[in-house]
Amino acid sequence: MQKLIKDNAIVEDYWTILKEASNPKVLSIIPGKNMIIPLSLWRDYPEEVSDYIGKIAVWVNSDESVYDIGEQLHDLPLIALNFPAFSDGRSYSKARELREVLNYKGEVRAIGDILRDQLFYLSRCGFDAFTLRYDQDWDASLAALTDFSNSYQGTVAQPKPLFRRR
Amino acid sequence: MYKYDSYDHQMLTERVSQFRGQTERFLEGQLSDSEFLALRLQNGLYIQRLAPMLRVAIPYGMLSSKQLRKLAFISRNYDKGYAHFTTRQNLQFNWPALEDVPDILAHLAEVEMHAIQSSGNCIRNTTTDQFAGVAVDEIEDSRAYCEIIRQWSTFHPEFAYLPRKFKIAVCGTAEDQAATQVHDIGIFIVRNDQGETGFRILVGGGLGRTPVIGKEIFSFVEKQDLLSVLEAILRVYNREGRRDNKYKARIKILVKATGVDAFRDKVNEEWQRIKDGVMKLTDEEIGRCQNYFTEPAYKELEQEDASLNEALADNVLFSSWVEQNICDHQKPGYANVTINLKQTGVAPGDITDGQMDFIADPADRYSFGELRVSHSQNVILADVEKGLLFSLWQDLKSQSLATDNLGLLTDMICCPGGDFCALANAKSLPIAEAVQRTFNDAEELRDIGEISLNISGCMNACGHHHVGNIGILGVDKKGAEFYQISLGGSASNKSSLGKIMGPSFSEKDIPDVISKIINVYKETRVDDEKFLETYERVGMAPFKERVYAKAD
Repeated sequence: MQKLIKDNAIVEDYWTILKEASNPKVLSIIPGKNMIIPLSLWRDYPEEVSDYIGKIAVWVNSDESVYDIGEQLHDLPLIALNFPAFSDGRSYSKARELREVLNYKGEVRAIGDILRDQLFYLSRCGFDAFTLRYDQDWDASLAALTDFSNSYQGTVAQPKPLFRRR
Repeated sequence: MYKYDSYDHQMLTERVSQFRGQTERFLEGQLSDSEFLALRLQNGLYIQRLAPMLRVAIPYGMLSSKQLRKLAFISRNYDKGYAHFTTRQNLQFNWPALEDVPDILAHLAEVEMHAIQSSGNCIRNTTTDQFAGVAVDEIEDSRAYCEIIRQWSTFHPEFAYLPRKFKIAVCGTAEDQAATQVHDIGIFIVRNDQGETGFRILVGGGLGRTPVIGKEIFSFVEKQDLLSVLEAILRVYNREGRRDNKYKARIKILVKATGVDAFRDKVNEEWQRIKDGVMKLTDEEIGRCQNYFTEPAYKELEQEDASLNEALADNVLFSSWVEQNICDHQKPGYANVTINLKQTGVAPGDITDGQMDFIADPADRYSFGELRVSHSQNVILADVEKGLLFSLWQDLKSQSLATDNLGLLTDMICCPGGDFCALANAKSLPIAEAVQRTFNDAEELRDIGEISLNISGCMNACGHHHVGNIGILGVDKKGAEFYQISLGGSASNKSSLGKIMGPSFSEKDIPDVISKIINVYKETRVDDEKFLETYERVGMAPFKERVYAKAD
């Protein structure tokens, strides 16, 4: 089983990412599985995917908008934000939008080119789950979540900026 | 000056150990070149033509004598005994060994210094006027706000992987000394009709291959809203800035493509949402930071000093140094002294370990142990009693540090160029030296008067060539180094971008070309017109005609 860092622990991952899908029929082929489907499928076939609410989640690419998930966002147990390359920083802002603007309470998962050196900043922006790139050292990555004991800015993990806590 | 508290210290210490781990992993082969690249750049470490280069931040240009001695120590023990001041209030070490960098950072941390975000696609060192707190035309001291921005931008988790680098400058004086209008965000401290100070904010300025003067996005932002407005601008940029082409990735391209009004609307949408939240600056926080930049223990002095006047009358060299390198101070009887690092034969902005150690002493003796560095690559002692200027000058002279050319033709801004930099198309240091050797007569330089000559070795424009009255840009023509000349640039309040004269020149032609340009100015100027004023009056034509005239 695939691993996952979730809530500061290494756990088993029960979700499968559907990388590409242009036809909602694909959902019926894999019954009994939890699927993270592309935003396009979710957006383009609202009726078809609604049958699977509870078993599906949505992943959003770096050039897409979390606002396109729509009102049913809060029915989804998790939203995955993709990093095509670790240097593409757009999904940091998306995680904050999910948490701070849309008030999303479910799991926000970082997927794609996720390296241990990004985990601390990711977690501060509201990600609480991480699927690491295949070659990463999981134990060391877990430790990287605590590289710093404090931060100047207020973000999702600690909403008050340091100047209000000093 | 700002003093770290336990929070600042702890975060910096944790950063050093994080980077030590990253360096070890790279050296052990666990991190690829491209992965380490992004990490090391967030920490000011480049791999250059000959060796790594480490860029140390000097936040808003403030430096203590203790810090300067530490920089001297590092350059002596980990480098070749010299370092280079850049145009953005940073200091570069050109020859450190990669494996030594974590130790160098640990040394820096001891004196509250670092290389955090001095490169990479993140928010860089915030810069300001080198005379902040002492300038006579100051609206309000910019340094407390710079420190507030420094803390907000340091380790900002959302903005560490922006489309491209991001530079912020703050100007608190009537006369802009920090090239504020050519920054990604330019912040001007202004006073409204009620007499309250706030910020006028420009966005999308920059040099590089597409030079642009920043456009006003907000005419007056209240002090308390400084961080929320910055955060809103950065969020729009992070979300929408282009990532498909690094040459089109700066915020200036986004602002141009979106249109400044539409861009303002987008920023406003973000801003209104967060403006009255936890990011609103408290009076306590503004006051806390301002308390670090209070006046030192000035004496009550007369504006005029008799011993100074005597020395001025007796010593022509001293009086010419005073005339050129000293400017007025807010306090009666005090002076701002610029130690010019543009001695002929030395790369502009370069300083040896011995000179660093040496300057630290007069900083302690004459200027409350503090120094500043300027975007024009010089060092400033900001609080010197007029009565001590003569003895300071004698000290400086003994170390070849009393060059009296501030603001003159030979006080050039110049990047390290092809001698060091992997990005450069052409060398820039030999060009600077050739011009300095051509114009080696102090009287002539003074007659030419106020002028800026800026040299960049490539279109990344680290030498700010676009905003030099005379700009020189190194270009590559089929593998050979050539130089393009522009006229009419300015980094002042009325910032302007220079216009290219015409076809480029070879290295050996440059001194002659500059001489011709200067001659046209001298022949054409009216009364005491400065170079830029003459150029603005007569335009490019007479300069162009002379420079490109065919010999009979």
